[in-house]
This record gives sequence, structure tokens and C-alpha cells, in this order.
Amino acid sequence: MSTNININVHHVTRIEGHGNIVVNAKDGKIEKCEWQVPEAPRFFEAMVRGRSFQDIQTIVSRICGICSITHSLASTKAVEDALGIEVSEQSDKLRILMHYSEQLQSHTLHVGYLVAPDLFNAPSVVPLVPKAPDAVKTIIRAHRVANNWSDLIAGRTTHPVTLIPGGLTKIPTEQQLRDLKKELEATVKDLVAICEVVHSVAGNLPKFERPTEYVSLKQTTPPTYTFYHGDITSNDCNGDGPVNIRNWQKVANEYVSPQSTAKWCKWHRDAYLVGALARFNNNAELLSPLGKKVAEMFGLKKGNTNPFMNSIAQLAEAAHVVETSIQMIDDLLTRGLKPETVKVSPRAGRGSGCVEAPRGILFHTYEFDKYGNCVYGNVCIPTNQNHANIQKDFEKFVPEFMHLGQDALRQGMEMLVRAYDPCVSCSTHFLNVEFV
Amino acid sequence: MSKPRVAIFDFACCEGCQLQIVNLEEEILDLINVVDVVEWREAMSEQSHEFDIAIIEGSITRPEDEKRIEIIRSRCKIMIALGACATIGGVNKMKNKFDLEEVKHCVYGKDAHMPHLETGLTKAVHEVVDVDYKIHGCPIDRKEFASIIRALLLGKRPTVPDYPVCVECKAKENICRYEYNQICLGPIIRAGCGARCPSNGFRCFGCRGYVDTPNVEAAREVMDKYGLTVEDLRQKMVLFGCEQGPTV
Repeated sequence: MSTNININVHHVTRIEGHGNIVVNAKDGKIEKCEWQVPEAPRFFEAMVRGRSFQDIQTIVSRICGICSITHSLASTKAVEDALGIEVSEQSDKLRILMHYSEQLQSHTLHVGYLVAPDLFNAPSVVPLVPKAPDAVKTIIRAHRVANNWSDLIAGRTTHPVTLIPGGLTKIPTEQQLRDLKKELEATVKDLVAICEVVHSVAGNLPKFERPTEYVSLKQTTPPTYTFYHGDITSNDCNGDGPVNIRNWQKVANEYVSPQSTAKWCKWHRDAYLVGALARFNNNAELLSPLGKKVAEMFGLKKGNTNPFMNSIAQLAEAAHVVETSIQMIDDLLTRGLKPETVKVSPRAGRGSGCVEAPRGILFHTYEFDKYGNCVYGNVCIPTNQNHANIQKDFEKFVPEFMHLGQDALRQGMEMLVRAYDPCVSCSTHFLNVEFV
Repeated sequence: MSKPRVAIFDFACCEGCQLQIVNLEEEILDLINVVDVVEWREAMSEQSHEFDIAIIEGSITRPEDEKRIEIIRSRCKIMIALGACATIGGVNKMKNKFDLEEVKHCVYGKDAHMPHLETGLTKAVHEVVDVDYKIHGCPIDRKEFASIIRALLLGKRPTVPDYPVCVECKAKENICRYEYNQICLGPIIRAGCGARCPSNGFRCFGCRGYVDTPNVEAAREVMDKYGLTVEDLRQKMVLFGCEQGPTV
């Protein structure tokens, strides 16, 4: 078996954004093993300065096309925190409903279009179309439902237009919500079918364990499998958590690594993981019944340490958000939708917003002058928080799987990167690149 | 006739416009039947240097990206700019309003001088190489994308509206955003989006860029009616319209 390895994957495919994998080994000795990020920086933090608080979400949603709703929500919450704006319970519920549409859309895209080809040993979803047309069409159908759902509540599928500080510009009609509920009920069956397809090839997920710290939101009042409210927690918190989201810098602890251009994050250990697996590990008991059933089907239990299982945790979450949304729509309809007018006025202040992107916890902080113009912006993105953990996984994965040979190792490493559902174009826009 | 080979490339952007292609859902299966997608990094592992149609997403912001887009241009017969970052520079052009050294320093602090952080003025694709067609919007409208690609495959020149968003907004019988004391860019921005933002209660912020010849007089009339000036309107062009011609 060859122990000379020379892997140089320039721009990993089937991920959002640009990342490289570099591994060199001679006679079984690893000389280099790196996860690199060459994405073009876009300087959002500089660009928001001078902009009105009313324009922030419109600008920063463009950080990421896949999690644009999440970025809009986090920034809007930060603006509301800074300006002391209260949001009605109805708006809060509708926003969560909007957020769930993105979770379903992103998770379906990731598991169905980006991860599944690996499990079927195909270079993309395209060759799977003639091979498994029904499975592909089921995935497409779930994806379409999610997008129509975003269209309805957010005004469109990508880069929401209904979200403004203080509430929403437009709310759906009760009939539209009833129609959405019917679509979601039909989607439950499709999700089960997708889980069965993935389950049939789940044996191709590498058996790889590396315990790490799992960081996510946690909501105790009322106890909820949260994506939107709550404080920051982890499995390592021991009297020093949960942490209020305004203090997210104490969690992220961005630091400089000599082997990467990207700033990394760490809290209690040398790296931490964010995303569906972290949320699952911290909140699994709060999943909806179907979400729990999906986890059980794949043998996914709280405390899982296999990063490849992140995609499975996403499937459980997809089931959870659909099931929970059906319940939320019932609640909204029972109370009856009321039109709202939003009145906000500028004031000086600093505020933070934190929500769970499909790929992990996201932090936004802004400061405004008395006219409501932005003087400072700071954002910490989930993929940025995962970079160090990907690197630490690489360092354990390479020696363990090197015996499979270069091609299998390369594919395994690409799959590992994809498992994190990285959003590299997000993460680099806010890198503070430094070398020691 | 062999199927046209299509490649999709991304530069500085959020990749949300590529996502709209994925969001065609079932319709994408029909498109895959009539074209040969040879490279699309976000969705596929296949790669190719040979293609007829190159679809470009994102703005050009670095010297190395200028070289890359020139190489792509030399390899393709038709180049399509996809979405606001590619057609007008998008939000990335907001950077051009600042001193570039200061922008780098703001984001990267003492390491702003590192060579790999080199950034130039943001350019739309046509500011670097010739572009044959533009698909406007942030993000693009997926139905418009499909209709433009369909026209190209039939050998027809796609029609892109050259009238303002107000036309589509009026057809939808929306109440004018100015009645809500909002400055909306509808009077001067290219239609084709179905007036999506105003229809959802949000002002037009200009993501599709100006119409070819903005009717300044009509815009002035609207401004006069609401006690505003064309300068007020121009002030609102800063999100997507920075240094984009023609100007009002």
C-alpha cells in the first residue's frame, strides 16, 4: 500500500464558496495537512458604515445566498437590540416560520444535491437523474416546497424583502397559511422517503469519531429545539454558561493560526463544531416526534462524535421544522392574523443578534449613531467557527484513512469538508487575517 | 446538432444567483436535457476547459480574477453575466465609495498589507471583458433566467425589459411606495422582476440597475409631487448603483 500521498484539491466542488485541501505524506509520514480558504474578500464590515439602520439587512443578506434569511434575521435582531425595538409575538412567530423555510431549503439542498452523490459514488446529482428519477424528484419536490414557503413569508426565496426592523412589511393571508400547511403535511411523507433513500446508502458514511466541543443556541423558556431564541451553550459548559448572545466574543475567541490565513475560533478546547450536529447534541430531547424518529432510524444519539453524521442531524432537523411549523400555523390561525404597522425611530446604541444558520450559529453586532447610521459592524459566521474543527478532523482523519490510498483519502476528505455544509463565501468576508 | 456545452463560474458574490438556477426545481431537468453542463463547481464535481456558453456570477475584484475571466472569455463563444454582482457590480461596488486602503484596514487591521488581501476597485464583468448577455437582479429571477436561456437555445435574441419597475408595479395595482413616505427607485430601475419588492411592501432598491435611458423628467415629476428632489433619489442608488452608468 502506497504511503506517499500528494493531494492538492484546488477549489473543492459541491460546497458554497472556495476551499482547498492540501496533504503531503512521504513514507507514511505526514508533512502537510491543511484546509485552506482562498475566497475573494468582499469587505462587508467596511461597507455597512454610514448606512441607515433600515438598510443593514438589505446589505448583509448578500453575504450569503444560501443563508440570506438567517443573515437578515440576525442583523435585524441586532438592529432591534441596538435601537431598543420590541417585536410583536405575531411577527416573532412569522419570522421563525420564515427561518424554518430556509432550514428546510438548505438542508434539502445539502443532503439531497451535495452529499447524496458521494453516497451513490457519483460526481454530481446529474448522473443520478436517470438512475434514480423518483428519488431525485422527491428531493426536488421538498426543495420546491421550502422555496415556495420562503417566497410566501420572506417575499422571495433568496434575499428576503419583507423583513424590517420592528416587524414585517407584509404578512400572509390566513388562506395562504392554510395552503402552506397542506403542502407541509404532504412534505412529511416526502421527507420520510428521502430518509429511506439516504438510509439505504448511509453505510457509505465513513466511520470516524473525534470528540470535540459542540456549540449552539439553547432555549429554556419554554424549552425549545431552538434556531432563533436563547443563549449560547456547549457540552463543555460547566458553570460558565449559557452565555448571553451579547457576549458572543467570549465564545468565539477568534485567534490566529500560523498555518491558515483564516482566523479560527475556540472556546473550552482547541476547536469547536457548530451546525446541525451541535444543535442535536445540545438539544436532541426537544426534537419533534418525527425528528426523533429520523435520528433513531440512523442510530444518531445525543453525544455523537462523528462529523459525517451532521448530514443525518440535518435530516432530523428537516423533519422537525416541518412538523413544528404545522403546529405553529395552527397556533397563528387560531389566534387570527392581525395587520400591524411598524413605527421605529433612530437612537444611538449597540446591539447583537444571534440565530442558527442551517450550518451553525451566527453572530452579528452593530453600533449606530443618534441618527441611526451605522458606525461599526462585526459578524462571526458559522463556517468561520468550523474551520479549526475541520483542520483538527483532517489531522486525525489522514493517518486513520491513509492506508486506503490517495484517491480514497482525497474523496474522504472532500466528503468531510462537505459534511460541515460550509459556506465559505460567508466566512471569508469577515476574516481578520493575521500571521504570527 | 450537438448540445451546447455550458459552464458556470463564480467570482466575488454570495452564490445566490446560482442557487436560483437550482431553484428552477423540476424545470432544471428539462434544461439538462437540452444543454450539456460541463462545469458547475457549486453543484458538480465535473470540470472542463471546453464550453460554448460561459455563465459568470460575481464581480471582478482582484488582478488574478481579471486574468481568470479573460481566460474564460477566450474559451467561450457566448458569455452571460448572471446577477447584479456580474451585471452592475452589485453590493460589492459599495466598497468603491471608500478609500481602498482604509477599507482593507477596517476589516483586516494591521495585516491589511498582506499580498493575498490585495483588492482592486470592484468591476462588473463587462468592465473587464466583452459580455454578450446580462441577466439582471439580486438575485436573478429564475423564470427570467429560464426564458433567456430558452431564447438563446432557439437562436433568438432574448428580450429584457427596457422600461422601469413602475410599469410592472402599476400593472399589479400596488399602492405607490411614495404614499408610504418611502423613496423607491422604481421610476428609474429596469423592470423584469415583476416589481417583487414593492409588491411585498418594500421599496425598490435598484438591484437590476438603471433602464438604458432613464426618464429623468418623469422621475422629476414624481419627486416634485412628493416634495423630493432627484438628488434624494440619487442618494438611494448607493446600495446597488454605485458608479454605474448612465447616471440620472
